[in-house]
Amino acid sequence: MADAAVPLDAGAETTVNRPSLLKRILFNNLPAKIAALPMMVTVLVVFVGCTIWTIYYSFTNSKLLPTGKFVGFDQYERLFATSRWNVSVTNLIAYGAMSLVFTLVVGFILAVLIDQKIRFESAFRTIMLYPFALSFIVTGLVWQWIMNPTLGLQTTLRNLGWTNFSFDWIANPRMVLFALLIAGLWHGTGFCMVLMLAGLRGVDEEIWKAARIDGIPTWRTYVSIVLPMMRGVLVTALVIIGSGIVRLYDLVVALTNGGPGISSEVPAKYVFNYMFSGGNIGQGLAGATMMLLTVVIIMVPWAYLEFGGKGRRT
Amino acid sequence: MSQTSTMAGASRVAATNAVQEARGPRPKPFFTPRKIIIYSLLVVFSMYYLFPLYVMFTTSLKSMPEIRFGNIFALPVAPNFDAWVKAWTSACTGLNCQGLAPGFWNSVKITIPSTIISIFIAAVNGYALINWRFKGSEIFFAILIFGSFIPYQVFLYPMVIIARELGIFGTLQAVIIVHTIFGMPILTLLFRNYFASLPQELFKAARVDGAGFWRIFFEIMLPMSLPIFVVALILQVTGIWNDFLFGVVFAGTQNYPMTVQLNNIVNSAQGTPEYNVNMAATVLTGLVPLAVYFVSGKWFVRGVAAGAVKG
Repeated sequence: MADAAVPLDAGAETTVNRPSLLKRILFNNLPAKIAALPMMVTVLVVFVGCTIWTIYYSFTNSKLLPTGKFVGFDQYERLFATSRWNVSVTNLIAYGAMSLVFTLVVGFILAVLIDQKIRFESAFRTIMLYPFALSFIVTGLVWQWIMNPTLGLQTTLRNLGWTNFSFDWIANPRMVLFALLIAGLWHGTGFCMVLMLAGLRGVDEEIWKAARIDGIPTWRTYVSIVLPMMRGVLVTALVIIGSGIVRLYDLVVALTNGGPGISSEVPAKYVFNYMFSGGNIGQGLAGATMMLLTVVIIMVPWAYLEFGGKGRRT
Repeated sequence: MSQTSTMAGASRVAATNAVQEARGPRPKPFFTPRKIIIYSLLVVFSMYYLFPLYVMFTTSLKSMPEIRFGNIFALPVAPNFDAWVKAWTSACTGLNCQGLAPGFWNSVKITIPSTIISIFIAAVNGYALINWRFKGSEIFFAILIFGSFIPYQVFLYPMVIIARELGIFGTLQAVIIVHTIFGMPILTLLFRNYFASLPQELFKAARVDGAGFWRIFFEIMLPMSLPIFVVALILQVTGIWNDFLFGVVFAGTQNYPMTVQLNNIVNSAQGTPEYNVNMAATVLTGLVPLAVYFVSGKWFVRGVAAGAVKG
């Protein structure tokens, strides 16, 4: 357990001594710098440069080309006055909250079930994880067919005699988010299960023995003892699921393409459409900047908890 | 442990523990109520996971009249691969009726070089970050990891402009470079942690013997890193094959990867939809990652757990 965890700065003590490092910043250790050039270029040009570019041009009135004048917060005002954007944000919050809760709960339940010293454990694990290997496009298209109101599950069950069965969620503006949820959970819960299972297996057997001797019921041991001990895994799962939700795009494109109407639009799709087919780059960039802000709001407290406050350097 | 675990730490724990078997003796074959509940729950969940796979395959083997009958549970009466052939050779996206085959080959042409280049660059990065630190190398790494959480939409437009300026927009090279860039954070993290876990004495001994940066990398480090290469390979092949966004933005119409063509075939088809062809196309697109998944087994689990940060 201890040796499995490699903190981000492992090896800091073991680096070779290079006393003249400060004197000749450029030429010392030159092969390493040349080798790391792709990384440095990526960081400076893409991760730093492009981010700054996007933020800067989100304050301009660029239409077809990024050449517009500086207009302050106009694009943002317009963004939040656009019903399509507001629907997108509301959808993302609603879908995100449901997806987060269900992924964690289902993932944990599956991991607990798998961890009961069952037979065929690896078969069950294989079945639960395989959707994760498939793309969101494949996931979306399969579920689109299953939920097809004219020939899919709805018609099948009606033909089998359940005449008032209704499952038209992808065609129903009120239910379409649940259709997305079913497909999203199908794709992602197996992965959450793998993470949770690793967390469960990391809990010391002695804890279980002690709890059993004290006569604590199993469910209580899980909720009050094991879950708090899995904090590391839970936080990891939370961050991964969270940043995945903000990016939600391919699944929507494949399953509903934002429809019916605009009822399943999401911010990533709004941004994409304004940038590449709407001919209003400034709007797209403002939306992208809002997405960035969301991720920063998710990431900063996490980064602070994980890396800050303990004198640890990243 | 939980106090010091980092993102990297936690995913490595997941990577090593997920493949362990349950502890303790084998279960006794008694049908206790508890066992019945556990297994019934597991079976119900398994049906949820398996149902789409079943529907996908059976629908692709049916004929359209059979599908119009309206029973997606039914097995095909006369299973045949006509829909598969049509999906591969002549399914239409708009006016273009070449099927999925060009998309498949584009995906191959994108996946192979992207995988090789991104893994090589990341391995060198990880090695330099652990054994050849220089001033600022850790700051670059921290930004790289943070950047991997930023939504791609933030970078897309400026990257399109850069690609245009370089004259590679709408080519396979552009997609390959983009995949290399966005594969870098997770792969570098993976290799960095792996090299950190190798005994440093090996590196020091080679240094004392006068071996340089590249010689140590190729003769000492690479031969010892086969496991992590396998993990990286699985991660990249499935990740790049499944990509949609970069393909649709950077590849250009002629070079669309399979996922993009699949989506076009199904979602922008004109005339009566042919669900058997659609599902055959979907199966065909899913076959490569599924094959990787079923062949690699526990390595895939290690891969996704290690690739957790990619999200």
